[in-house]
Amino acid sequence: MTSTDQQPFLSVKDLKVHFSTEDGIVKAVDGLSFDIAKGQTLGIVGESGSGKSVTNLTILGLHDAAHTQIDGEILLDGQELLTAAEKELEKLRGNKMSMIFQDALASLSPYHTIGAQIAEVYRKHTGASKKEARARAIEMLKRVGIPQPDVRVDDYPHQFSGGMRQRAMIAMALVCDPELLIADEPTTALDVTVQAQIMDLLKDLQREFGTAIIFITHDLGVIADIADDVLVMYGGRCVERGTKKQVLGNPQHPYTLGLLNSMPALDGPVDVPLSPIPGSPPSLLNPPSGCRFHPRCAFAEKVPGGKCSSVSPVLELTEGRGSACHLELSKRDELFADYAAIAGHN
Amino acid sequence: MSNTNPLLDVSGLTKHFPIKGGFPIKRTVGAVQAVDGLDFQVAEGESLGLVGESGCGKSTTGRLITRLLEPTGGKITYRGQDITHANRRQLAPIRSEIQMIFQDPYASLNPRQTVGKIVAGPMEINDINPAGGRENRVRELLEIVGLNPEHYNRFPHEFSGGQRQRIGVARALALEPKLIVADEPVSALDVSIQAQVVNLLQKVQRELGIAFVFIAHDLAIVRHFSQRVAVMYLGKIVEIADREDLYDNPRHPYTRALLSAVPEATVEAEPRERIRLVGDVPSPINPPSGCRFRTRCWKATEKCASEAPPLVQADGNKPGHLTACHYPEVRDAVPAPRLAKDPEAAA
Repeated sequence: MTSTDQQPFLSVKDLKVHFSTEDGIVKAVDGLSFDIAKGQTLGIVGESGSGKSVTNLTILGLHDAAHTQIDGEILLDGQELLTAAEKELEKLRGNKMSMIFQDALASLSPYHTIGAQIAEVYRKHTGASKKEARARAIEMLKRVGIPQPDVRVDDYPHQFSGGMRQRAMIAMALVCDPELLIADEPTTALDVTVQAQIMDLLKDLQREFGTAIIFITHDLGVIADIADDVLVMYGGRCVERGTKKQVLGNPQHPYTLGLLNSMPALDGPVDVPLSPIPGSPPSLLNPPSGCRFHPRCAFAEKVPGGKCSSVSPVLELTEGRGSACHLELSKRDELFADYAAIAGHN
Repeated sequence: MSNTNPLLDVSGLTKHFPIKGGFPIKRTVGAVQAVDGLDFQVAEGESLGLVGESGCGKSTTGRLITRLLEPTGGKITYRGQDITHANRRQLAPIRSEIQMIFQDPYASLNPRQTVGKIVAGPMEINDINPAGGRENRVRELLEIVGLNPEHYNRFPHEFSGGQRQRIGVARALALEPKLIVADEPVSALDVSIQAQVVNLLQKVQRELGIAFVFIAHDLAIVRHFSQRVAVMYLGKIVEIADREDLYDNPRHPYTRALLSAVPEATVEAEPRERIRLVGDVPSPINPPSGCRFRTRCWKATEKCASEAPPLVQADGNKPGHLTACHYPEVRDAVPAPRLAKDPEAAA
């Protein structure tokens, strides 16, 4: 499942994104690396402010260049994106790579019909005629499951329901058959029954076109449903990586464990309190020293010499699996099992 | 459980918002049937969960109970007193007993007031002077909700989302209410923080014996928090039952579909059975005739279109487990979402 054995389609290496603000430098992303192969889905999990959205805006070149300092390397199919000219990026955006945003209503223009907005993308990248582009828009709406696409193509966004708007966004993102699709919390604003529809749709389209998908979410349930590989972010860094089965089934990082333990299950015990992670996510203006999770970590005192608060742990990957934690790997299983038992889960 | 003098008794509760149109004289041209004939009770110290998708009327229900909205029909009885159309003066003593916690901890706190002033607000409005003074009471409340009483003079922007929600809880507790309506109290919070606030609410409910109407769309959190759960669809309750019964033995097709659509953070060889509903929730301006769920239901027949199913105890159900369906699901036909737990899967 991991993509180390083949040439990755997208490769992000030691990405650092720092914003300069009035209060100081915000280290939104601080040394992030990952690869993704064609036809794969990488799930990025993290809380608000963990840097997951910033990473993806940077891939697309949508950051505010005047206030951003970027280091590292982003290679899309061998092409360097960070140094590419805006003209080059314009050719790629919506064509080779595209994005679905969380809030479909805010991302669609209220003054243009759905069809016109989809056709615009297609015409820009292919030079098709108006008529061809309209036919293509209808075809795309049909493919994402909009009923009566030849009529609805002339509707405005406000005439669509929430689920249909998200479908229209997906149609727009896929109109040029992109090879990389970035989906930033695409189902967060939707109801569960509609969310299930949208995720099925994304899976079908991926099977059909072999698109690589980066799926950003805070919902581990959604990750379990859609991702092949999972990357867990905390405080602008990757704390754990692996296949979905490895990360969700056998977490190695205390943060991942804490997240999994803090969520009630549909069949879990009801008379015990939940086991939250204490404290709150760190400020990236002034992140904690050493491991950024250490002030909230239940295991920090198990590491001798106060290493957690002084030395930043390195993410070491073997075959795409690993975590950034000072706890000895051999001891973790036992400690984590004890923790889960105290928490009243399992 | 709730037949002996429930704390709150709602029957036939209806709210239709008029739609005005026409020129030059605006007249009512239709109505959004947000809530249409709800019956339920809440016992003292009990927590009733309200779940459903957006637009099903769960928030409207919360606002009707707290009388922030005027019902267009039905009856709300609070401790034997009819408060359906009670005016301001009649409501005044009751307002202190029914409090609300809001979804957005950023929008529901006045940014220009200190925490002390915000939490003391309800006492000021109701002219309540606890022994030892308001300030002492506020400090006590801050301590109950897990905030440092020294933060009395701070402003909301100095707190994180989870802490702000705690301030909202402290404010709701200020008047020692008997009933709290919590409208999506954790959905705006980060996953790791949600559990903190759920635990706090649970502690408050147990230790102070406060009844809750807990409105949320997260089925797992509602199950964790509420002894009884009502499932709403397009302004109607389609099923109401004790939580074990509802989650293990859903009888309404919608409840079953809703439960099956919840993604769970477990990795298993055998994925759960998934029911995929087609289409979207219809508009409450013009809801389907008969059973409102029939347009998305795989079992619908002509009877469903002509006759609205009543909310009754279906064959084989426990008392108190009511289902509004002409063709309820077979009991025990579906295994509980998951019987054996995967030892590897945490949570």
